[in-house]
Amino acid sequence: MIIGIPKESLSGENRVAASPTSVRALIKLGFAVQVQKDAGTKASFSDVEFSHAQAKIVAAADCWQSNFIFKVNPPTLEEVARMSEGAYLVSFIDPGQRPELLKALSDKSITTFAMEMVPRMTRSQSMDALSSMANIAGYRAMIEATHLFGRFLTGQVTAAGNMPPAKVMIIGAGVAGLSAIGTASSLGAIVRAFDTRPEVREQIESLGAEFLELDYTEPENTGSGDGYAKEMSKAFIDAEMALFAAQAKDVDIIITTAMIPGKPAPKLITEAMVESMKPGSIIVDLAAAGGGNCALTVAGEVVSCHGVKIIGYTDLVSRLPNQASQLYANNLVNLTKLISPEKNGEIQLNFDDQVIRNMTVVKGDEITFPPPPIQVSAAPIAPKIAMNTTADVAAEPASESRKYLLIGLAVVLFGWVASVAPADFLSHFTVFILSCVIGYHVVWNVSHSLHTPLMSVTNAISGIIVVGAILQMGNDNTVIQILAAIAILIGTINIVGGFMVTKRMLKMFRR
Amino acid sequence: MENYTGLISAAYIVAALLFIFSLSGLGKQETAERGNSYGMLGMAIALLATIADPRVSNVLVIFVAMGIGTVIGLRLANKVEMTGMPELVAILHSCVGLAAVLVGYNSYFEVDHGLSIVLSDERQIAANIHLIEVFIGVFIGAVTFTGSIVAFGKLRGLIKSSALMLPHRHKLNLIAVIVVLVLMVNFVGNGGADNALYLMTLIALVFGLHLVASIGGADMPVVVSMLNSYSGWAAAAAGFMLNNDLLIVTGALVGSSGAILSYIMCKAMNRSFVSVIAGGFGTNVVVDRDIDYGEHVEVNADAVAGILLNAKSVVITPGFGMAVAQAQYPVYKMTQALKAKGIDVRFAIHPVAGRLPGHMNVLLAEAKVPYDIVFGMDDINDQLADIDVVLVIGANDTVNPAAAEDPTSPIAGMPVLEVWKAKQVVVLKRSMNPGYAGVQNPLFFKENTQMLFGDAKDSVEKICAAF
Repeated sequence: MIIGIPKESLSGENRVAASPTSVRALIKLGFAVQVQKDAGTKASFSDVEFSHAQAKIVAAADCWQSNFIFKVNPPTLEEVARMSEGAYLVSFIDPGQRPELLKALSDKSITTFAMEMVPRMTRSQSMDALSSMANIAGYRAMIEATHLFGRFLTGQVTAAGNMPPAKVMIIGAGVAGLSAIGTASSLGAIVRAFDTRPEVREQIESLGAEFLELDYTEPENTGSGDGYAKEMSKAFIDAEMALFAAQAKDVDIIITTAMIPGKPAPKLITEAMVESMKPGSIIVDLAAAGGGNCALTVAGEVVSCHGVKIIGYTDLVSRLPNQASQLYANNLVNLTKLISPEKNGEIQLNFDDQVIRNMTVVKGDEITFPPPPIQVSAAPIAPKIAMNTTADVAAEPASESRKYLLIGLAVVLFGWVASVAPADFLSHFTVFILSCVIGYHVVWNVSHSLHTPLMSVTNAISGIIVVGAILQMGNDNTVIQILAAIAILIGTINIVGGFMVTKRMLKMFRR
Repeated sequence: MENYTGLISAAYIVAALLFIFSLSGLGKQETAERGNSYGMLGMAIALLATIADPRVSNVLVIFVAMGIGTVIGLRLANKVEMTGMPELVAILHSCVGLAAVLVGYNSYFEVDHGLSIVLSDERQIAANIHLIEVFIGVFIGAVTFTGSIVAFGKLRGLIKSSALMLPHRHKLNLIAVIVVLVLMVNFVGNGGADNALYLMTLIALVFGLHLVASIGGADMPVVVSMLNSYSGWAAAAAGFMLNNDLLIVTGALVGSSGAILSYIMCKAMNRSFVSVIAGGFGTNVVVDRDIDYGEHVEVNADAVAGILLNAKSVVITPGFGMAVAQAQYPVYKMTQALKAKGIDVRFAIHPVAGRLPGHMNVLLAEAKVPYDIVFGMDDINDQLADIDVVLVIGANDTVNPAAAEDPTSPIAGMPVLEVWKAKQVVVLKRSMNPGYAGVQNPLFFKENTQMLFGDAKDSVEKICAAF
């Protein structure tokens, strides 16, 4: 089967769906590869490099006739018309917004894999082009902001005066957001980040940023189960907006990455907030293509309002064309491995495979979008329920009132015992309780690695029971004497064995 | 006479203090040996003081019995393999249990219950309390005795390690407890009744058998420390019957320490503490769902050697497989070889790895692995993401990502070593069979995981040879 790599036709697009490395990998999988002339020029891959990798350099018309087309952007309807009937296509498709494209593809029986439909599963991570591209976009967003920001990011103490570090707020800690956080903190800025999903807090903090806390918690869980954020309630949004308004006055750079799949981007930064920012501040709106998170964003452009520059570039990924192409090409190679398991250059569609099922938006002449829903990340509440089922007789955690009831009962019981029992017993009982408390505190401090020695020592100590047996030896009854002697014997085994084995063990522990 | 009792009490107090020092000494590696010595000293003082008690006669018999006991104890302690530690500890527990039963019987026989003398109220109450103490002491002792024997059998492999599942087993346990309570009322009400005591002992013995038999082999760390706790309570009960504070103090120390250890183990396995005490907790019904996890990648020892040599940091997570194969010595040899090449090697130990709390630490110590490169789960879990290679040697359930990721998994919620976060994972394993919990391990199918099949000892030796 022949794979064709056409030149991207979208204006401003610098990427290409293959790299010389990926071409070699595809040929290893049994495919032949033909690359349209100059397809990789903008991504700094020359035709010579491709032909070194055993790819054939062909004219556009021939390239489009290949059996399997690799693309970055959705093909135009004209491009679909140039493809041969029954071919395969892999590309970003935007299937939710482009029914007419799906129709055109299915009319020509072109089986189509949409790269944005890779499910977020561990197994499919290597094909997740959204993540690999978002990583680049986040990095570039911070670089663009730095470029237009007329100041240092890192704080400096110089003889000519001190300069404070810049403050950066990042909204949305997905892949792009996290990448921007990492870039900003490595440039020395003070970074704060916000996300509707509290579980990403750790990831944010691990990159050196501060997690902005909201004093409102959503009653339900906030992940939608597929690894992306979902829409929030009104009350939550109000609290969120108040937070952003307060932060806008303080920070120098805002990077917004909030997107909800299949919906227009939420408006998070109002004109009033922009106005409240210090002059010279920067906003980078990564959601510009989806309508923008900032009210003033113009897609594809930099606009200046109230002294604040708002960057609405939609081609951030394309601004790192070489590496973006490499990563995307690798994603495609990994996908090819999945759909061509025999490595013989032929495609086998296994619709039982969730990844393949989810990505296939057109199969032959049939539109298979939307796919049945799959859950890839566990809802956070579920494990708690499952936990109790693991233990057979699992005790429900005692409720507060039950706990007090038990304490009350214990007090009453103790009082009753104290009132009827002789003083002798009570003094023993006191000793008993105090010893339990001491044991409790002493043992908590034992380091985990010493648990086995601890156990064998306590075992040896519990051999103290021979003291009882020794005392009973004084009795005149022969039966008692015999029983006591046996008890002494086995008790001593326990004492000696326990202490000696502990000694042996402890000798071995050394630094 | 008066002087003697004073001296003996003083000796008992000193002994009790020494036991407390002993336990607190065991808290740290540096003081652990001293702690053990304190324990021995305390025990010696307590025994000598007791023998010196003028009420004690037949000293010769005592010495003979203790002499024989010492010889057996020394033999046991010196010939045990470190992998056989859990069995030894279990069988020693059964000794305490049996001794407690015997002491309890003696304490009952010492008082003549045949005649129904009319006692004053106060004496009557004291007698009743004594009877209750005897009853409880014998009960705990008997349960400890048979329970420990079953635990020993399971650890030795003499008894099938899977959980015994009788129908209505919880109801059976409940009935046993109720019958014992009824017998106790009868026993005390009659001012002592031989038959009630014998019958209860029999029930307790069977109860102990059933209690441990219904627990699966994987939960043995908890069982052993639970039995440790029971043996302590048995000693404390004996102290109550004999009005002996030393026994009470020591028994309570041991009892509470065993209980805490069990609690720590339970938390490490995400099991309910109450259900452990009640017994029969290791009874997950495991449904091995037929999920396609994908393909695992197999490597040979040479490749593993290459992977290790190219790493900057290596973490080794041993499990029961290392103990079975006695691989701790070659593992340390490998560690030294890697360290000599400037590679940072550390060990990560899961709290329930092995068959006894801290079992892996003892095995590594036996092979002379310095204890400051051995880390517990909580200490190292955060750092695993920065590690180049994690070498899993014979561990399975303790490194299973399903516990963290799959809420429907039978081990869901159990804290595990998050080895899959490391850049590369190499798993040494005998075969693809699941571990004790019977759960498939998605770790083996992750993209950064490679499998090296075979006996752990052979595999590690081959890796060493390939360096």
